[in-house]
Amino acid sequence: MITDGIVRTKLDNGLTVVLKPLVQSPVASLFLWYRVGSRNEVDGRTGISHWVEHMLFKGTEQFPPGEADRLVAREGGYCNAMTHLDWTAYFETLPADRFDLALRIEADRMTNSPFREEDVESERMVIISERQGYENDPEFLLSESLIAVAITVHPYRHETIGWPCDLQSITRDELYEHYRTYYAPNNANLVAVGGFDPDALLKRIEELFGPIPPGPEVPPVRAVEPPQRGERRVIVQGPGTTTYVEIAFHAPPAAHEDFFPFVVMDAVLDGARALGVFRSSPSSRSTRLYRALVETDLALEVSTSLLPTIDPYLYSCGATVRAGRRAEEVEAAILRELQRLAEEPVRAEELAKAIKQTQAEFVYGSESVTDQAYWLGFAETVVSPQWLDEYLDRVEAVTAADIQRVAQTYLKPHNRTVGWFVPERWNGGEV
Amino acid sequence: MQVTSRREQRAERHPAIPGPEDISRHVLPNGLVVLIRENHVSPSVVIEGYLPVGSVHEPSSLAGLASFVASMLMRGTETRTFAQINEEIEAVGASLSFGSGRHSTGFSGQCLSEDLELLIDILADVLQHPVFPLEHVERVRGQRLTALQERENDTRQMAGLAFREMAYPEGHPYRLAMTGYPETIRAITREHLVDFYQRLYSPRGGAIAVVGAVDTARVVDLLASKLGRWQPAVEITANSVAPVPPPNEVRRKVIVMPGKSQTDLMLGAPGLARDNPDYHAAVLANTVLGVFGMMGRLGENVRERQGLAYYAYSALEVDKGPGPWVAIAGVAPANVDRAIASIEEEIARMGSELVPEEELADSQAFLTGSLPLRLETNDGVAGAILDMEWYELGLDYLQRYPQLIYSVTSEQIREVVARYLRPDAYALGIAGPEGE
Repeated sequence: MITDGIVRTKLDNGLTVVLKPLVQSPVASLFLWYRVGSRNEVDGRTGISHWVEHMLFKGTEQFPPGEADRLVAREGGYCNAMTHLDWTAYFETLPADRFDLALRIEADRMTNSPFREEDVESERMVIISERQGYENDPEFLLSESLIAVAITVHPYRHETIGWPCDLQSITRDELYEHYRTYYAPNNANLVAVGGFDPDALLKRIEELFGPIPPGPEVPPVRAVEPPQRGERRVIVQGPGTTTYVEIAFHAPPAAHEDFFPFVVMDAVLDGARALGVFRSSPSSRSTRLYRALVETDLALEVSTSLLPTIDPYLYSCGATVRAGRRAEEVEAAILRELQRLAEEPVRAEELAKAIKQTQAEFVYGSESVTDQAYWLGFAETVVSPQWLDEYLDRVEAVTAADIQRVAQTYLKPHNRTVGWFVPERWNGGEV
Repeated sequence: MQVTSRREQRAERHPAIPGPEDISRHVLPNGLVVLIRENHVSPSVVIEGYLPVGSVHEPSSLAGLASFVASMLMRGTETRTFAQINEEIEAVGASLSFGSGRHSTGFSGQCLSEDLELLIDILADVLQHPVFPLEHVERVRGQRLTALQERENDTRQMAGLAFREMAYPEGHPYRLAMTGYPETIRAITREHLVDFYQRLYSPRGGAIAVVGAVDTARVVDLLASKLGRWQPAVEITANSVAPVPPPNEVRRKVIVMPGKSQTDLMLGAPGLARDNPDYHAAVLANTVLGVFGMMGRLGENVRERQGLAYYAYSALEVDKGPGPWVAIAGVAPANVDRAIASIEEEIARMGSELVPEEELADSQAFLTGSLPLRLETNDGVAGAILDMEWYELGLDYLQRYPQLIYSVTSEQIREVVARYLRPDAYALGIAGPEGE
């Protein structure tokens, strides 16, 4: 299993270290997770966590601009970073005998990134360009508005990229302050998986990361999303010829007891999803939503999204409306399937299939060291190490009654927000 | 489910670079090649393969036919309905999918080792006994038309289509989109699909790779019994395309898409086929130009130095024929001209100046050093094995690869760029909102 053979420890400065040696593996992967994401952002500074992530690629005294990327690539490795709701993660995957480079890069940029004014301005243009690329996609525009309507109080209400006005106005000092607040060993988890000796590696981690002083206590996230008291609707218009429908429900957080029934329920609706960000989900054409929407010629495709998060986030179902069909029809078909889950228990073989798929994805998702390091760090950062340990057992324990209860609790009308993307240049019939 | 009982196998030896010593190659009597590599690290297996039939074999009036046929295979066989096929595969958490390319049609599946026989049974069934149910022909047609409608609103895809029109001459199969066009998709009948399948789908020239926790002898037996009696088609298909003259001027096509926020652009020329002796020099040139580190010199110039784009990189697409060699960028509409000038500048520099020794060494180290990472998963190994078979590189190719890469010189890189990419004569596709 993915959690077998783990060495877990904490340095004096608060850095949590999780090591999983796979002695004969020719590669190794390092992930450095910071407990900061769009969840920690306030109005006027949306997108700041993602921007800070970009700034950590602009070089330091030890690794001048471009040098860290160059050295990693030169060793045949790859590196990147990701910012999401609850976290920001940096990673390098390298041939095992060159792994030290990854440690040196991450220890250095945890404290030594200068945030030069000219780099801030050049990166402002890059990030605005990144956002403009997203805006070209109608599904992004719909999803961004839907989230903003469904969530009114919690910072999860804005996309990680941030609002355009904030990207125009955030300053260098604000970025640097965000960095100094959240980038400290006591707010980070270091995860390594692959071909190394754990004792030697731990010693090296202590050498490189041990001298970094802990940072201040990070500001708590106090926002609690109030219960929704009625269906909300949003219509987004824009250029295009295709209609999209997305329906979102407030969902339980990863640590909640309803989360695993939700995972299995979601597999019944849309198939099990791939574990890890580096694999795509398998096709799911025997699921309830596929049969109700794609096989009936209502939608081109349908997909759901369930994210394990620290605070309650959204469960959403999105569909691409087929040319000549209407948003109302697609919306009604999705809601009918959700209603059915609340009304009648899932058949035993359907439940068994959903469980086996979820377990199989767990196996596929632990094939590469990068995926394993991702999952170990994700669990450590968002929930707990036990969460991953118990994952298969808790999936296996889900019953038809659990699914029905969860459907009744969460998939009800007053807990939902319905969104349509309506193309302005429509040539396939009425909307 | 045997996830937990197989723990002890994780300790087994980890694979090195695949080669003739540990890839087992067999040829079935009907010509189908079977390649197997055992890897017992995880109790799962991938099965991937190809048949030598693709969009180059379809008439231009029916563009999208090869891809349509591939997507019909799993829509029903003589003994299984579409729903049964999906149910059987998904009930065990397996997957299987087909897709077609310019010269080949590929498939890719994955399952837990305990379910391999089932997956091979279904694969063999859909390859040999598809029935193309009329109801599904219409359903797939409707889905494809909606997808084409979405394409019309996707700046990146539209820039790519515009580029191809500028880069390849009228009548060349690479000029066309493999997914077709609304009028060609509407023109395809069930008879066209059946005829294409019957004439061109054949085990001869095809290959299957199985990689994962399997027993080689058992897999060979299974594949021989399920696919060994598949008769080769009568027609022998040629799998070549005409050479393409390089552009002798700037050929530019702009697609205006009002209301969009960003402009995508693709600039380049027809490149080279995989069997071209310039191939390894071109791979290195492309790595320096727009891959290495944060997307090579293009990324450094366009993104890092000027902040013009979120992405700027280059791509060298090789196949049996000369696929495109292009620079790709997504920029604010106001910055299109500056981005193009920067790309021209980098192409000019590569075609006239020698890449410094250290920069060349960086890219050589990257290409060879990244092999273990690319070959870490079963999927990565299967893809590499099939490439060696498809392009007739020899099963020792990956082992020879470092030497091939290190033998490329800066002079060869300058020559290969000058031969294929010119700063003053290229094809350019642009799609986005009206310029500012």
